Amino acid sequence: MRSSVGLGVVIGTGYFTRNIWQRYIAEMANTLDTPYQGTSSDPSIWFEITEKNEVILHSTKVEMGQGAHTGLAQIAAEELGATMEQMQVKHAESMSGNVDNFATGGSTSIASLWIPLREIAASMREMIRNEASKVMNTTTDKIEISEGKVSAGNKSISFGELVQQVTEWEEVDTPELKAVDRAKYIGKPIPRLDLKSKVTGEPIYGLDAEMPNMLYGAVLRPHLVDSELVSIDITKAEKMPGVVKIIQEEDFVGVIANSYYEAEQAKEAIQSEWKTNNNWNYEDITEMIQVGKGHPQTIQKSGNPEGSLKEGGNLIRAEYKSPMGAHAQLEPNGSVAFVEEDKATVIMSTQVVEITRKEVAKRLGLNKDQVNIKPTFLGGGFGRRLHTPNAVEAAVMSKAVGKPVKSFFNRKEEFQNDTFRPPAHNFLKAKLDENGMIAAMEHNISSGDVSYGSPLLPAIVNNLIGSDVGAWRGGMIQYSSIPNYQAISWRVKLPFATSWWRSLGLLANTFAIESFMDELAEKAGKDPIEYRLAQIDDSERGTRLKKVIAAARDNSSWGEKLTEGRSLGFACSTDVNVPCAQVVEVSIENSEIKVHKVTCALDPGLVINPDQVKAQCEGSIIMGMSASMFEEMTLKDNELQPIIYGPYKMATMRHAPKEINVILLENDDKPGGVGEPPLGPIGAAIANATYQLTGKRLRTMPLTLEA
Amino acid sequence: MKITFSLNDEKVTVESDGNTPLLWVIRDQLGYKGTKFGCGKGACGACTVNIDGMAIRSCSYPVVAAADKKVITIEGLPEDHPVKKAWIEEIVPQCGYCQPGFMMATNALINSKPNLTDEDIDNNITNICRCATYYRMRKAIHKAAELNNQNA
Repeated sequence: MRSSVGLGVVIGTGYFTRNIWQRYIAEMANTLDTPYQGTSSDPSIWFEITEKNEVILHSTKVEMGQGAHTGLAQIAAEELGATMEQMQVKHAESMSGNVDNFATGGSTSIASLWIPLREIAASMREMIRNEASKVMNTTTDKIEISEGKVSAGNKSISFGELVQQVTEWEEVDTPELKAVDRAKYIGKPIPRLDLKSKVTGEPIYGLDAEMPNMLYGAVLRPHLVDSELVSIDITKAEKMPGVVKIIQEEDFVGVIANSYYEAEQAKEAIQSEWKTNNNWNYEDITEMIQVGKGHPQTIQKSGNPEGSLKEGGNLIRAEYKSPMGAHAQLEPNGSVAFVEEDKATVIMSTQVVEITRKEVAKRLGLNKDQVNIKPTFLGGGFGRRLHTPNAVEAAVMSKAVGKPVKSFFNRKEEFQNDTFRPPAHNFLKAKLDENGMIAAMEHNISSGDVSYGSPLLPAIVNNLIGSDVGAWRGGMIQYSSIPNYQAISWRVKLPFATSWWRSLGLLANTFAIESFMDELAEKAGKDPIEYRLAQIDDSERGTRLKKVIAAARDNSSWGEKLTEGRSLGFACSTDVNVPCAQVVEVSIENSEIKVHKVTCALDPGLVINPDQVKAQCEGSIIMGMSASMFEEMTLKDNELQPIIYGPYKMATMRHAPKEINVILLENDDKPGGVGEPPLGPIGAAIANATYQLTGKRLRTMPLTLEA
Repeated sequence: MKITFSLNDEKVTVESDGNTPLLWVIRDQLGYKGTKFGCGKGACGACTVNIDGMAIRSCSYPVVAAADKKVITIEGLPEDHPVKKAWIEEIVPQCGYCQPGFMMATNALINSKPNLTDEDIDNNITNICRCATYYRMRKAIHKAAELNNQNA
């Protein structure tokens, strides 16, 4: 127990020291690249070369729309000397393939595999060279590998022809990587590899999967938060048509039937009584999510912000609120499981193969190597599939009937059993100097949990930092020339699950900081963009941020005369070291904010596939608009509402801007994440633009004109 | 009860409770998985098919109502169909789950309105895409309409 003694000593030196130490780790965590955490670097597990000359990459990162499979194939083809036409990507199965100990998420798929995948592909290439030299009776230095062919002199054979003659592959030491050649695949807008399967309706998703003799399961789920199942009566349900069995486990009740419809009908017929422990309404939640309540932790500090921000004088304060959001991914969570005597197979959409297999193994009393998780394409991820208890439920039901069982959430259950984006309350303070520049600034973030309680991030990480790294994402102040500033995160635990939602705290925290920056620029009488540029230092990070800000300004109509009734708004953020700046053009039509055009500048470092990076920007912008302008979960007498699309209002075709212009700057030699960073600025940019038309600050999301 | 209808230009007969939503008959009894389950209440459009040329949300359409009608799913659109070609040219899908529903809604729309406007799209394409691919989708719908008019 030495380590805990050590920890005690550190804590014992007092809150002040601990806080500095934790702040140091928090700042590191904010800029650290997430390393790849796969279990194997054996090229023969990663790559399968078929006799038909196909190169199949068995990916540990799942494809949930972010285009990672295409980007990874481009990286691999380049290093291998293969053609893109040869490349296929399949999801690695946990029993036979490499397993990722982290997850698919956090905008890490391409960024974290950039080096490891190239090393593995380079090793595969050298293994091919060695075998080819034997088959072709020559020395390795005479062998050329390109375009999926191995050549020596004027002789040439395809990878497919070669593998037919290899009985055993010899391992090699990791070779030197090729210099990045942007002439071929890297940096090219190659169409997504899954494009055709997705426009022809191929059965590629978890919910499309089947197994022979499969039955259907439906799980009775709580519709009230902070509640317990007191009693159930299954007499009527058992007699419903098609019902095979109803099981009552400690943590769930499951109906197994011949069809989905019959399973659902029987579940509806179960008489259940739920008892709530405490009564909860949304007002109780907003009452809890208040800066000043819960556990505070300083996550960033420079200079003497406390001393500089004393009450009185010209202290400027503003507070902002963001709602609770649902994932609302279109494919409900579900899985098909088959449990046999000494093994279990689960086909499903999951972002966490390793966690899913461990949970299934534990529940069934199996070793994790006896559980084969077969990931499918995901009908949306967004963080929703970082929690996968549905795999355990399907497995338990399968075991109970000795047949495969397919079970999935209905939409009401999805909305009421989601792991929500927590509501947030942000409180900012600042003082300006005689020139209007910011002399001191403080950002307080109150939020429900994001990373606390998630199996994805060991509790020790949050405990080390002393705060929730997900909740404060995007909450650090990026205006590094301000002499005195700090950011403080206030942790609040809510009576239901809140967790990872695409970009985590980035949307809410950027909304607050960037709206506030606009307010300060106005008080200072300065142009909002120039005001920001003037308060960012010349560090590498600062320089990259300034470049995207300038690019968004220069590529938009900023400073030009607009159509009558239109206005512009600006905001920027930095997430996973990827700065993003957006200018939006809005008007007001029928008392609603209408977004016409978005100019988005992003610096994701080296771009592997510009088409897919742009697609991530376009999607993030409109999803961010949806979350900022329309979406809101609420709670009434313990029941989470709404329970269906429509009442849970989201952006649709009519709300989408008709113009989105994405400018990609590449001020780095390695790829960064793109799945989340462009979601940051949009809410604040819209609020700032709207203010120009109405003269009224919108400080609460969803942004509406009535309030 | 036995219900007969045309599915992708083939006559099919199924044995089912007449109240079963058409979606489940198409997916689980007939094995066409391109039509998706999203909400079960006709609110998201992932299950959209064409019935006698109209865009219908099959999760809320009892199979008995399809009797003797002509049902087309995404699998029933030929490879060179204007909607498929447009979707590929514009590289629309991200996760892709909702796309067949949007494509079937588009097919019904472009056949009923040859001179398609943005307003027609806004009023008729009300499906939900969580990846929010709407920007490219609008371009693809216009392109599909153009291709469709060329074919006509």
